[in-house]
Amino acid sequence: MILSEPKPFEEITGYLEGEKSVFILGCNGCAQSSGSGGPVQVAEMKGKLEGAGKKVTGTKVIDFLCEKALVKSGLRGRVDEVAAADSILVMTCGIGVQAVAAAVNRVCHPACNTVNLGGSRGEWRGSERCQECGQCLLDYTGGICPLTACTKSLVSGACGGASNGKCELSPDKDCGWELIFNRLKAKNQLARLKVFINPLDHSKLMARPEMLATSRYALEQSDQEGR
Amino acid sequence: MSLKSKLESGKFAITCEVGPLKGTDITEVEEAAALLKDKVDAANVTDQQSSVMRLGSLATSGILINKGLEPIYQMTCRDRNRIALQSDLLSAWVMGIRNVLALTGDLPALGDHPAAKPVYDLDSVTLLHAIGRLNAGFDIAGNELKGKPAFFAGAVVKVDSDTEASMELQIAKLERKVAAGAKFIQTQAVYSADSFGKFMKRVAKLKVPVLAGVIPLKSAGMARFMNKNVSGVLVPEELIEKMADAEDKTATGIQICADLIKKLKPLCQGVHIMAIGWEKKVPSIIQAAGL
Repeated sequence: MILSEPKPFEEITGYLEGEKSVFILGCNGCAQSSGSGGPVQVAEMKGKLEGAGKKVTGTKVIDFLCEKALVKSGLRGRVDEVAAADSILVMTCGIGVQAVAAAVNRVCHPACNTVNLGGSRGEWRGSERCQECGQCLLDYTGGICPLTACTKSLVSGACGGASNGKCELSPDKDCGWELIFNRLKAKNQLARLKVFINPLDHSKLMARPEMLATSRYALEQSDQEGR
Repeated sequence: MSLKSKLESGKFAITCEVGPLKGTDITEVEEAAALLKDKVDAANVTDQQSSVMRLGSLATSGILINKGLEPIYQMTCRDRNRIALQSDLLSAWVMGIRNVLALTGDLPALGDHPAAKPVYDLDSVTLLHAIGRLNAGFDIAGNELKGKPAFFAGAVVKVDSDTEASMELQIAKLERKVAAGAKFIQTQAVYSADSFGKFMKRVAKLKVPVLAGVIPLKSAGMARFMNKNVSGVLVPEELIEKMADAEDKTATGIQICADLIKKLKPLCQGVHIMAIGWEKKVPSIIQAAGL
């Protein structure tokens, strides 16, 4: 899941300055779960924009705006409403905004900010996070990831900044390396702290070009083939 | 005598700290260098201390060389990736810089540009490893250098910790730093010779010279501030009271620092005086400590 949150309303009206009419798109996927772009938020946005003097030519909430084929089929039958609007306000994550902008020949404004989940690809109660670094170090660190548990993502051990087990950045955040130490100690693995770990390979940490350029989802592939 | 020769020959070394200012006015740095050059063996030049943007430690180290004061070029991993760090090390060598202190670096969020991108491509341990590779004539990607440096590399450690995990992690990391090539150690400020003595017993097996860090107290308020905000600094209550009661706070602060140095001297191989704005008082501290 991708987490998004609403932008301040003033920022959105700033985007719409000079425009008279707008079509609002919401998403029944992550944006609905995030409470930033589901049917409820789309209806609220419609009221607020009309209150601000804009004409809303239509609204539509589609299942998964990240999927261009669904965007196109979802807007079938609403072509006139979209064409009558100066622009589309897209209430979803950055992927959805980009997909709509690519699929529909209309100015698209983002209504949300997409939140960095620190390596999370879903919402759950645990604190474990994976940054998809391509060079897993968990064997050396007691099964606690130093990239996501340590604010500085240090691989060689703690910095000197912690106070009473908390990170200097925030008293609410545990020092990741103290968690790692306590885990290693409990598992009688403190010798792991002596292992020299090479600097991270950032070519593996960054998404490969082919991952950035294409989607791995079957639906996307079928759309490509159908063109 | 260079810092390296002094420590290798077993003589007690004195280092201090020069902090570049924000801007291009180097008057104070030059004054401090002129005043300190015959009093200390070398001076650390801080690298954007506390993540506050200032004149660089590379250029400032060059100024110290010109003024006849041996610099210890502090290098943090916060602002540069491995390409820039290695390149700056080569630049430092051709400028005549011989000592480097490898640090991870404070978080940008704590400084005056909190929106800056933190880098940490390397950290203090892997930076020491990189310095060792350069000294051997190679970069860390394995490419051969034409002409190689011979840096005297150092590292830091926190002596006093508030949790067992923090204490053990500091020692474990110090071992990693020495294994990666640290030839001298400067410590975070200490105020208790007892706890410093215990620390020294634990690290004796590493056989690396340790310079005990000291910060002269300017007031009781400063001591309380450090206790609250600076990780690893623990000023005992009796010293705070002594400062609060003192009529001449400057003289008392200098005397407390000098007395501490006298107690630390038999336990270690040098002292690192972090005067934090009191650079001009360093000669008085050294004199009062009988160094």
